[in-house]
Amino acid sequence: MSDAPLRRTPLDAEHEALGARLVPFAGWRMPLHYPDGIVREHHAVRRHAGLFDVSHMGELWVRGPDAVEVVDRVVTNDIRRLADGRARYTVACNERGTILDDLIVYRVAADELLIVCNASNREKMAGVVRAAASGRSAEVDDATERTGLLALQGPHAFDVLAKAGAPSELVSMPSFSIRRALLAGVDVWIARTGYTGEDGVEIVCPWESTVAVWRALLAAGAVPVGLGARDTLRLEARLALYGNEIDETTTPWEAGLGWVVKLDKGEFTGREALAQARRRPLERTLVGFEMTGRGIARHGYQILDEDGAVVGVVTSGGPAPSLDRNIGLGYVPPRLSDIGTALRIDVRGKPVDAVVVRTPFYVRPREPAAP
Amino acid sequence: MKDIPDGLAYTKEHEWARREGDLVRVGITAYAVEQLGDVTLVDLPARGRHVRAGERFGDVESVKTVSELYAPCSGEVVEVNERLAAHPEIVNASPWDEGWMIVIRPTDVTELAALMDAAAYRAYLASLDH
Repeated sequence: MSDAPLRRTPLDAEHEALGARLVPFAGWRMPLHYPDGIVREHHAVRRHAGLFDVSHMGELWVRGPDAVEVVDRVVTNDIRRLADGRARYTVACNERGTILDDLIVYRVAADELLIVCNASNREKMAGVVRAAASGRSAEVDDATERTGLLALQGPHAFDVLAKAGAPSELVSMPSFSIRRALLAGVDVWIARTGYTGEDGVEIVCPWESTVAVWRALLAAGAVPVGLGARDTLRLEARLALYGNEIDETTTPWEAGLGWVVKLDKGEFTGREALAQARRRPLERTLVGFEMTGRGIARHGYQILDEDGAVVGVVTSGGPAPSLDRNIGLGYVPPRLSDIGTALRIDVRGKPVDAVVVRTPFYVRPREPAAP
Repeated sequence: MKDIPDGLAYTKEHEWARREGDLVRVGITAYAVEQLGDVTLVDLPARGRHVRAGERFGDVESVKTVSELYAPCSGEVVEVNERLAAHPEIVNASPWDEGWMIVIRPTDVTELAALMDAAAYRAYLASLDH
């Protein structure tokens, strides 16, 4: 870790005034939780609407006639077939077919794409996209330090938006779409995407207007939620976290992300290695498990089989507030990946019983049919 | 910072110890609870176990972290707060009182004299804030 001073989001003073516990995260000073605490914030998102400051995440704009081609060569999913105003979840791989980052690509227009990437991978991804753009007609603009990013998530997210004065037709936005809108007098990009397993939006704001949007959404009833609950929410929804489930040692096949790899879409970085890996049996695969014994699995704990032999490692683990259980994700050999397989987790020297379960652990209830 | 009650002994790991006749009741301080956040699991020893001063006797887990519990004095564990198994959140709600963890019958109560008193613990907390 470097000793460089932490970057502060445009909402730093807001978090402090709200009494947030601020912690270093990927080089930024970020709210872990507010005085309500992680569990209440978690429930606020599942039951109402939570507001997250995720301005640490990277925003890379790719503009120019070759913008689509440049991005398509970097990522594994098919960007060429993305319509204007639509978004896609994907990963970017290196030549070895392991994961550089997971990201969402938004196609704003045929010659303008927005990539939202992990804060920890921002410089790396900016470099990768710039390299792909060199010699082509596209420019890459890393706008992270000029851009605020908010996530408004939960069953009442659109009620909050309406109350904050957003255009009423936003509620009919399709999932994974993006459009421009006026919110609290600010010209923003609103995308129907998120990282919680709930309905909701992410809002891309100019840096200096982020406070106005944040305050308007809180005044409209959203509950501020920190990164602690963001992690419990995404784990329940089995969304991968870079650095935990995925990194430069894992392939999308192992991580259960094969659905974002389109081997037949045309040339892209890592395609050859991914095609080869596809033909070999997996050595390990990511599974969800639930603790049946008393104990909490944590990132890095060893997974044991019934005989006590080490067979894998926990990538994420912790309490699941919506399920009132302790859950986790981890890599095991495929022979131990069937639902119902008994495992043990080495919890600081004590083997605690666990069982492989179906994921996502949490699926949000279906919304009532539209009137 | 929450009030630090007088009359208790404090460890550097943020346990408190309260003399109750021949016995010593043990819990964790409001500062520890604040650092942990929502407590989700408390792992305590069985009654009858002997612990040594400074030895780990259990764990407290919150949503994000695990924290070890250290015995403030040596002796036999004569009581365990069984309510915490089903309701660990009591530790958050009442760290000084209902959220106590174990009661020890000490072999040598003078061990408590080596710990901090309330004033020393307050100063210790102030030093941690830097």
